[in-house]
Amino acid sequence: MKILIKNGHVIDPANGRDGIMDILTDDGVICGVGTELEVDGFEMEVIDASGKTVVPGLVDMHCHLREPGFEYKEDIESGTRAAAMGGITSVACMPNTKPATDNAAVITFIKERAKEAGYADVYPIGAVSKGLQGKELAEIGEMKFAGAVALSDDGMPVTESWLMRRAMEYAKMFDLRVISHCEDFGLADGGYMNEGPVATAMGLRGISRAAEEVMVARDIIIAEAIGAPVHIAHVSTRGSVELVRQAKKRGVEVTCETCPHYFSLTDRACEGFNTNAKMNPPLRTDDDVAAIKEGLSDGTIDCIVTDHAPHHIDEKNCEFGRALNGIVGFETSLGLGLKYLVNEGVLTLPQLIEKMSLNPSRILDIPKGTLSEGCQADITIFDPDKEWTVDITKFASKSKNSPFDGFKLFGKPEYVIFKGDIILNQGVIL
Amino acid sequence: MKQDLLGLKDLSAEEIKNILETAKSMKVVLTSPSKKTPHLQGKTVVNLFYENSTRTRLSFELAAKYMSANAANISSSGSSVAKGETLIDTAETINAMGTDILVMRHDMSGAPHLIAPLVDASVINAGDGMNEHPTQALLDMFTMLEKKGSIEGLKVAIVGDITHSRVVRSNIYGLKKLGAEVTVGGPATLVPQGIEQMGVKVFTTVHEAIVGADVVMGLRIQLERQKKGLFPSVREYNRFFGIDETRLKFAKPDALLMHPGPVNRGVEFSSSVIDGPQSVINEQVTNGVAVRMAVMYLLSRGGFK
Repeated sequence: MKILIKNGHVIDPANGRDGIMDILTDDGVICGVGTELEVDGFEMEVIDASGKTVVPGLVDMHCHLREPGFEYKEDIESGTRAAAMGGITSVACMPNTKPATDNAAVITFIKERAKEAGYADVYPIGAVSKGLQGKELAEIGEMKFAGAVALSDDGMPVTESWLMRRAMEYAKMFDLRVISHCEDFGLADGGYMNEGPVATAMGLRGISRAAEEVMVARDIIIAEAIGAPVHIAHVSTRGSVELVRQAKKRGVEVTCETCPHYFSLTDRACEGFNTNAKMNPPLRTDDDVAAIKEGLSDGTIDCIVTDHAPHHIDEKNCEFGRALNGIVGFETSLGLGLKYLVNEGVLTLPQLIEKMSLNPSRILDIPKGTLSEGCQADITIFDPDKEWTVDITKFASKSKNSPFDGFKLFGKPEYVIFKGDIILNQGVIL
Repeated sequence: MKQDLLGLKDLSAEEIKNILETAKSMKVVLTSPSKKTPHLQGKTVVNLFYENSTRTRLSFELAAKYMSANAANISSSGSSVAKGETLIDTAETINAMGTDILVMRHDMSGAPHLIAPLVDASVINAGDGMNEHPTQALLDMFTMLEKKGSIEGLKVAIVGDITHSRVVRSNIYGLKKLGAEVTVGGPATLVPQGIEQMGVKVFTTVHEAIVGADVVMGLRIQLERQKKGLFPSVREYNRFFGIDETRLKFAKPDALLMHPGPVNRGVEFSSSVIDGPQSVINEQVTNGVAVRMAVMYLLSRGGFK
């Protein structure tokens, strides 16, 4: 089937495109982008994209799909449907499944399930250590050949410095990058939210910024010492941004990401013991939010990821201290980026799209995030000026743990084309 | 609409004054030969305690019984809580049995705030994690009011483990609303970041904290905090932060000595000051019953307004 997208504002950072153009796809592949496309109208779907923005299908390099093991929170089908609702056509999922994604068999299982589900391409991230235990390396080479695109122990940070060193060294041999969730458990001290006046006034144990920054510094130092790449996950503090900025200046092969909640919310969102604002790293302060925006603006922060972390209602509707960390993010990330970054002048629209598609693709070395002729036809279409209201009851995700319910955002995806098929049509998933 | 008592953060100065005023007449009942009033006749009070407690639980239970309420106690061990029932399910079960007032103590901050909107009963927070312990602060303020005549302008110094104390937070909220000046003091490791934004002065020497104070309040030091690197030893804590007769002289000569209990003798305070003329620690306990009677009575009548 052919699809012709007419008169849209095409933004394609990989090819420097930023203007009104048409796009033609055929048989799942982009076969033409330009103003004067020669089109054979036989059996062709036409989307009128006048007044809308047309971008590469978004790429989210940090999410949790919960399958296998926690299907009551999310599974690969519901998760990728939610991704499609958010304009995301490629996701990299973290290995804290049950069993852990620490071997080739689980990697293969996830890829197979994703093929059946069919709403997004799923790129599994393998564990650094067996069982995410931080003791022995997982079978990294085996996982690479089964399809792992990166390595991480995510929420179970690699505490032992010697193991992190060996992981980076060994992973480099297979052209894999270690993604580090930076948290010094001892310094975090069992805290529930950012340390500071808000936590103090609520009597909640705080997590110091130092818990994150100490590990960011450590991992940069290790990467620099052995000449291996490292990717810092969900940067949330001014200090972390500065550490990455300085390391990049020195030429260290470090990349990093942040999440929409770190540039749109502060720890005040926890007031009233709001468990949907509980996450790890925790929401910080206005000063940190400003620093995250500076880091996005000057290129220190390479990409925006969702850290989509679905949890069942019973895991959030409980005592704050007992509530699990994390929020769902697929269906709000583009809207938050537009509202808090583009509309506030932090990033241009092409820069936002670059950080949500091309940059993560380059970090993971996957052929995504572009509208180049010959590439898989993954395309997202939205109107960046059109306001919409977040309604968690309408989420495609099985879980509704979002602090953004009722927020007015912009640019809800209207069309999503995945592998040349229209899977989201006028905002409705097919 | 029912009212709850989740914390002094949520109460106005007027509401606090109303409780303290009501507690005065309750204290009359409490000190009369026949301690029985019909104020809560036909009402049911359930004490749901997820942490060990002697004085607070007994104080609530007796306060309820003195006012003729049906009173029952549940502790987390030996109940459905031990079988893994969630807090919400337990609270809804208790609510479904016709409970009018649910008194809750829980080791997690915000636990009563989670329950209050879900039940018909008025919820009284009897201590949640490190957050608030409103009836303790009310009895502290009642004691100060009784002894000093007014809260406004009083200088109250609170010394000890500030970080982990729900007593200190409730006292700060309440005392500030009634116009007192509050200073806190303790080892830097036991003073939480940003507490000065609650409107208090912070000192890390006992002298600076209590100099010129009208009220000196000590807070219990839990010995297990030593293992987490928060202070080196009880001996050293006492040397730098313990209050004895010599140190108490930094405060005003007629300063009150208070403690929410239980006291570690020879750690926070020396025995000589605990049993000395400035100590009102035992009267605090009596006043606790009066204040809890007042709180329950007002809640059963619709609220503190």
